[in-house]
Amino acid sequence: MADAVRILVDGVELSVPGGTTVAVALANAGRLAMHRSVDGEPRGPVCGMGMCFECRASIDGRRDTRSCMVTCVDGMEVITSHA
Amino acid sequence: MRELACDVLVIGAGPAGLAAAATAAEGGSRVVVVDENPEAGGQIWRSAMVHGPHPETSALAARALARGARFLTGATVVDAAGANTLFAVDGAGPIMLRAGRLVLALGATERFLPFPGWTLPGVFGVGGLQALAKNGLEIGNRTIAVAGSGPLLLAVAAWLEQHGAHVLGVFEQAPKASVVRFGLGLWRHPRKLAQAVALLRVLRQVPRHHDAWPLRAEGDGYVERVTFSVSGSERTLQVDYLACAFGLAPTTGLGALLGCDIAGGGIVVDALQHTSIPEVLCAGESTGIGGVDCALAEGVVAGHVASGHDDRARAACRRRDRERGFAETLGQAYALRHELRGLPSPETIICRCEDVPWSVVAESDDVRDAKLKTRAGMGPCQGRVCGGALEFLKRWPRDSVRPPLIPITLGELAEVGAALNRTEDQTR
Ligand SMILES: Cc1cc2nc3c(=O)[nH]c(=O)nc-3n(C[C@H](O)[C@H](O)[C@H](O)COP(=O)(O)OP(=O)(O)OC[C@H]3O[C@@H](n4cnc5c(N)ncnc54)[C@H](O)[C@@H]3O)c2cc1C
Ligand code: FES
Repeated sequence: MADAVRILVDGVELSVPGGTTVAVALANAGRLAMHRSVDGEPRGPVCGMGMCFECRASIDGRRDTRSCMVTCVDGMEVITSHA
Repeated sequence: MRELACDVLVIGAGPAGLAAAATAAEGGSRVVVVDENPEAGGQIWRSAMVHGPHPETSALAARALARGARFLTGATVVDAAGANTLFAVDGAGPIMLRAGRLVLALGATERFLPFPGWTLPGVFGVGGLQALAKNGLEIGNRTIAVAGSGPLLLAVAAWLEQHGAHVLGVFEQAPKASVVRFGLGLWRHPRKLAQAVALLRVLRQVPRHHDAWPLRAEGDGYVERVTFSVSGSERTLQVDYLACAFGLAPTTGLGALLGCDIAGGGIVVDALQHTSIPEVLCAGESTGIGGVDCALAEGVVAGHVASGHDDRARAACRRRDRERGFAETLGQAYALRHELRGLPSPETIICRCEDVPWSVVAESDDVRDAKLKTRAGMGPCQGRVCGGALEFLKRWPRDSVRPPLIPITLGELAEVGAALNRTEDQTR
């Protein structure tokens, strides 16, 4: 396994094993709910493969990015709508 | 914009795409393979982070690479200007892909059916939970119920058990008799029979229910309890996670965008894997659900045809046809039962992106009507989730897609748009 990488989630630093996707990094940090639906319900990842968009977050400024499809890299900034 | 040109462009690096790529490259074509996942392998060979790539992925990729094929992973094909010019987007922006021939090997996605509570965090797909766990989602000592339909339930339940989770039960909607009949028919497929026996050995301590499905999931902010119907009576379990999916549905989006005929939920192909659009071939589960061996066999046929070797393709058809026979019995054994259409309550959300409840969708005449009344299917997932559900619940064909296939930035949109206009001017 690659070395640990550090990402910023809603301003809080998180250290995860290299190779981890952002969705898994968030879930393992206790943030299984990653965004709020249009009516304000908490939602989290379902498909793990890029289909459902329920894991979406803003990643390095790209909004509505599927966090299950993005591998964490050092210094990455993630903003969830669930904070 | 970055540009990449090739003879054969393969979209999807699952078993079908990898087999097509290796075959076409060995047939003398310049091959490019694109996949939106960070790694090649597709669904079944998704690499577990700690183990590295699956050996079958490595073997097929090595054959393709040895003949000069290029792999573009982490890139999603989002739009097309006809079959010879496609646009993909990766973390660094758009890429124009020019190709003589196209092999669509888009695979399948899980079919999710709505029931009260299915939107709670902690309710995953079946392959979905496995995919996340392979990437490091912690599952050790978690209590998990596995529900829905299809052989994937047993495969994933066994995998979860072997990786430290506590599987409380497997809840299969199909009747026991049809599952048993399917199992008995496996003697004709020794490799699959051996796999099934191994799975059942791992699962010998795990209760396996048939005629069983989830009625509701409940919890405060995430799933805590699930109530199942098991042979007509209710049973409630405390769970950390629920993994639930009702089989697979072919991925057809890019095929629809290119104008390929779609029928029975999959991209239509002829005996040599040609779609209805010249120069566009299709292989694997985007043509219909058939399992990994069928995907590989179709990929080989498509790879031969794409590199101009129809004779070799014809020789490879027999193996594919045998595998397709298996696919048919699979579909029959795990056909979804009518009762599942009664699962959503009026308040149950059908379109998760736009929070559209069943009460509104149930009264709509067709997809267009539902879209006019609400915004069902108009969110970021473009109906990928509710489309699969409504295909079953309402017998509505899955709606056509619109480019870009995933949300992209305004800058990327402008770049792709400008390139599309240029291409259209040239072809006019
Ligand atoms: C979540 C899931 C888990 C599964 N797990 C198992 C299992 O454990 N065991 C088993 O026997 N079977 C499993 N299956 C069944 C499995 O899909 C098939 O057996 C096999 O993987 C099919 O191969 P394929 O090449 O047709 O498609 P896939 O393996 O699905 O590959 C298709 C690839 O195309 C890519 N793609 C699609 N559209 C685009 C686009 N627009 N741009 C770029 N790339 C794109 C996808 O990212 C994907 O990697 C699973 C299916 C799913 C959906
Ligand atoms: S979990 Fe479904 S898109 Fe990421």
